[in-house]
Amino acid sequence: MATQLPEWAALSPVLALALTGLALLLVDTINPNSRSNTSSAVVAVLGSLASLGAATWFLLAGTGQEGTGGAITLFADAIVVDGLALFFTVVFAVVTALVVVAAHDYLADVDSPGEFYSMVLFAATGMSLMASANSLAVAFVALEMASLPSYALVTFLKKNKGSVEAGLKYFLVGAVSSAVFVFGISLVYAATGSLLLSDVAAGLTSGDAPVGVAGIGVLMVLGGFAYKTASVPFHFWAPEAYEGAPAPVSAFLSSASKAAGFALAFRVFTEGFALGTELVAGVDWALAFGIVAVLTMTLGNFAAAVQENVKRMLAYSSIGHAGYALIGLAAISVGGTHNGDVMGAAMAHLLVYGFMNTGAFLFIALAETWGVGKTFEDYNGLATKAPMASLAMTVFMFSLAGLPPLGGFFSKYFLFMGAIFNGFWWLAAVGALNSVLSLYYYSRVVKALWLEDPAGDLDAVDSRPTALYVAIIFAAVGTVLVLPGFGPVIESAQAAANALFA
Amino acid sequence: MIIETLIAVTFVSAVVVALAPDEWAGRLAFALSLLPFVGSLYMWSQFEAAGNALTGGGIAFETQIDWLEVGGYTLQWFVGVDGISMPLLVLTTFLVPLAILSAWTPISDRISQFYALLLFMEANLLGVFTALDFFVWFIFWEAVLVPMYFLIGVWGGPRRKYAAIKFFAYTNLASLVMFIGFMALVFALPVETFGMPAITAALAAGEVEAFYGIAPDAIRLFAFLALFVGFAVKVPMVPFHTWLPDAHVEAPTPVSVLLAGVLLKMGTYALLRFNFTMLPEEATALAVPIAAIAVVSVIYGAMLALAQQDLKRIVAYSSVSSMGYVILGLIAFTEYGVGGATFQMVAHGLISGLMFMAVGVVYNATHTRMVSDMSGMADRMPVAVGILVAGAFAYMGLPLMAGFAGEFFIFVGSFGSPVAGGLMPLFTAAAMFGIVIVAGYLLLAMQKTLFGPFSLATDYEVGRAPVRDVAPLMALLGAIILLGVAPDLFFEMIRDAVADVVAGGVN
Repeated sequence: MATQLPEWAALSPVLALALTGLALLLVDTINPNSRSNTSSAVVAVLGSLASLGAATWFLLAGTGQEGTGGAITLFADAIVVDGLALFFTVVFAVVTALVVVAAHDYLADVDSPGEFYSMVLFAATGMSLMASANSLAVAFVALEMASLPSYALVTFLKKNKGSVEAGLKYFLVGAVSSAVFVFGISLVYAATGSLLLSDVAAGLTSGDAPVGVAGIGVLMVLGGFAYKTASVPFHFWAPEAYEGAPAPVSAFLSSASKAAGFALAFRVFTEGFALGTELVAGVDWALAFGIVAVLTMTLGNFAAAVQENVKRMLAYSSIGHAGYALIGLAAISVGGTHNGDVMGAAMAHLLVYGFMNTGAFLFIALAETWGVGKTFEDYNGLATKAPMASLAMTVFMFSLAGLPPLGGFFSKYFLFMGAIFNGFWWLAAVGALNSVLSLYYYSRVVKALWLEDPAGDLDAVDSRPTALYVAIIFAAVGTVLVLPGFGPVIESAQAAANALFA
Repeated sequence: MIIETLIAVTFVSAVVVALAPDEWAGRLAFALSLLPFVGSLYMWSQFEAAGNALTGGGIAFETQIDWLEVGGYTLQWFVGVDGISMPLLVLTTFLVPLAILSAWTPISDRISQFYALLLFMEANLLGVFTALDFFVWFIFWEAVLVPMYFLIGVWGGPRRKYAAIKFFAYTNLASLVMFIGFMALVFALPVETFGMPAITAALAAGEVEAFYGIAPDAIRLFAFLALFVGFAVKVPMVPFHTWLPDAHVEAPTPVSVLLAGVLLKMGTYALLRFNFTMLPEEATALAVPIAAIAVVSVIYGAMLALAQQDLKRIVAYSSVSSMGYVILGLIAFTEYGVGGATFQMVAHGLISGLMFMAVGVVYNATHTRMVSDMSGMADRMPVAVGILVAGAFAYMGLPLMAGFAGEFFIFVGSFGSPVAGGLMPLFTAAAMFGIVIVAGYLLLAMQKTLFGPFSLATDYEVGRAPVRDVAPLMALLGAIILLGVAPDLFFEMIRDAVADVVAGGVN
């Protein structure tokens, strides 16, 4: 290249999100009563697409990756742009775009939609910073930046009791978890004298760090991640928050916010608390994640299987999927030959999950705008009235279950395969068993949509909210196309993950 | 490129039909389904037999493109046909237009969705019979289940939901068992692709290594059993057959036609490709139990058919019986046995398709399928009944019809088979007894329902069946007779392709 872009340009996917959010906030502040739902949504979509475009371009061009001189670090190494950061930014931007498009119709009757879009974009900014954080301080700030708008988003329907209650629960649990997280960071700082991940790693392996203090710090940081990713035993907030929140927000939180937790965890644990020749500060965090993964998968799936409310079922299924993604951290061993592969597969799973889970929650949003009800029975016979949306939902359900013709099959398969090759066959076995079980409750939705006869009259279903439909169809197309197009996904994910272990 | 074109055209057809209005979706679907048929006939005319695709023989119409690389394995878009898959491809593309024709009368609800699903299923079936990379194959294999689930569950009879879910649960669980078995095998091999020829070659060279401390022989045996069970559900073999009668009875006629005509062949085709071609040593070592299962399937299936009152159930159970012959032929490991089994797959596809369709025509007219409810149907619908009788005789193995050729080859091959320590003549003799039962129940049912004085329990006016119902029956009967008179149309290429499989078993 003749003229090099300045280094800070590597952050442009994040900047695109942040600036769009600020612009929306500005307009909304200057002219609060304009009720410019459509124009705000269009600006928000363009901003997230710009971010998506930039991130995809950088990812394909090799920015911050091995081919072009490795990771780009900025601001005294506090922020890093590499394959992992870009990959996750793609996930966040995709989910943000889908959620914003869908929210346009969902919020048609709300007073101040502009705030909504700016908060979604701020949260997305925080998430992509989480993926870029190279220091524990930035990690914490980014985490809070993603969390604070999320609390407000959950309570966005101020007059809806469920939404407010869910938001309060989410906020209280979130505040406690943040405290635990930041206390863990302070202990690690106390033990190693640094917040930069590379220095933390050096301090922990030098043998000078007091093992007890550092070990407790690592465990507390782990607890903070478990909260953010809604993993057992810190998952209690998730079903309430996802069920009570407006459905597009549930989609956003369960897909993007969860992925952000993983993005941060992947980097912090492999870079900061790297498993060297011996355990980090006496803590075998891979084993801890293994236990958490097994519990999360199993509990999420069993709880999902007994739900009657579809949104709540999806909330638990989202916990189950966090369990699968945790395999990416759990199946890592000292000297394992497939560490990067299994973590890359988890990243790919989170991308596919971004499409299929977002789409599923957006279908719930559609059902909510129709007002058909919340349980499986209420969905009976919807396919007779709305075949396209039902087809899309079928795609999401079967993909979440991991049936072969869809993206969810590949991402799960490579995840389990990586675990097996890295010596963790038991994780793969638990994952596969849970996957089989999950087909039961996912197919209940499909059965209700297509096979059952409508219980009541479905006249309301005749409405066709265009933007919501577009978002759902896009998510479905993405879920299908990611199977033939899985090559670039898994290859860039595994390259990014392998770079962490290099 | 022609295989990709066929599959793509069928997928696009499915989408087009899905978007078409109900009024002419049926006609559009029929017209579009002729495209892959013509395409497969063209492939057939250009086809030159050159051995078995898996054991190093020539692969016709081959495409091999790298798809993605992960964990040290390369996945490929790898398709092609040989003498085994070519006849099944023609069978599939031939049956689908006929099934669509036979759907014009009975299907009156959500019409365009119905035909779209049929075409979607066809596209995946074409994929199953042409894919030579395990992953591509498995994706198509599983993708067949989903449209079938909806076809039974939405358009089926009174107990359709139960039948659809039972079908889905059985076959998905079977797929999982099979998938795990095959993965264990591949992971224990020093291969870097999921290409079936490469895996076959590595297995033949005895390159299985210990994986997770499990001995190579144990892995081979485990893989064989897992694959066998997985495919046995699909075939289906006793005792994994219980989903079949439910699915058949509840499924609408055109779906039954494809279920019996093509979907069951997926199981036997996969058994031949995987169990008997890749792991012939395990197969011959287990010849006695496998042959015993085959014979039990033949006899037990026929006995169950004998006990049924519902015409559709009779045909459904007799499929279990016929598939038993195919297994018997496969395990024989002789050219006539394996070749005859492959031929029988096609023959049975045509004959069972004809039977289901003919029963459907009768049902359209009478709205009952119970043997005890009707008699003397021959008076009212002579042409349809005539074809039904012809189909029944084809089922019994009347010479000069396709069923005779298939069964005859199988018996010749299995009687002289070297496997099972010389017990094969005994098994063959026992299985041949099944033909007697088949003749028994078919003749009995025919006599009661078709001949004698006319009477009907329901008060429907019974007239001659419309031409569009009878035309596909004629086409099927024509094909059955054609293959009966000239089995070499397919048998020659089949024999060429199975020669290596047979050689693997003897070694």
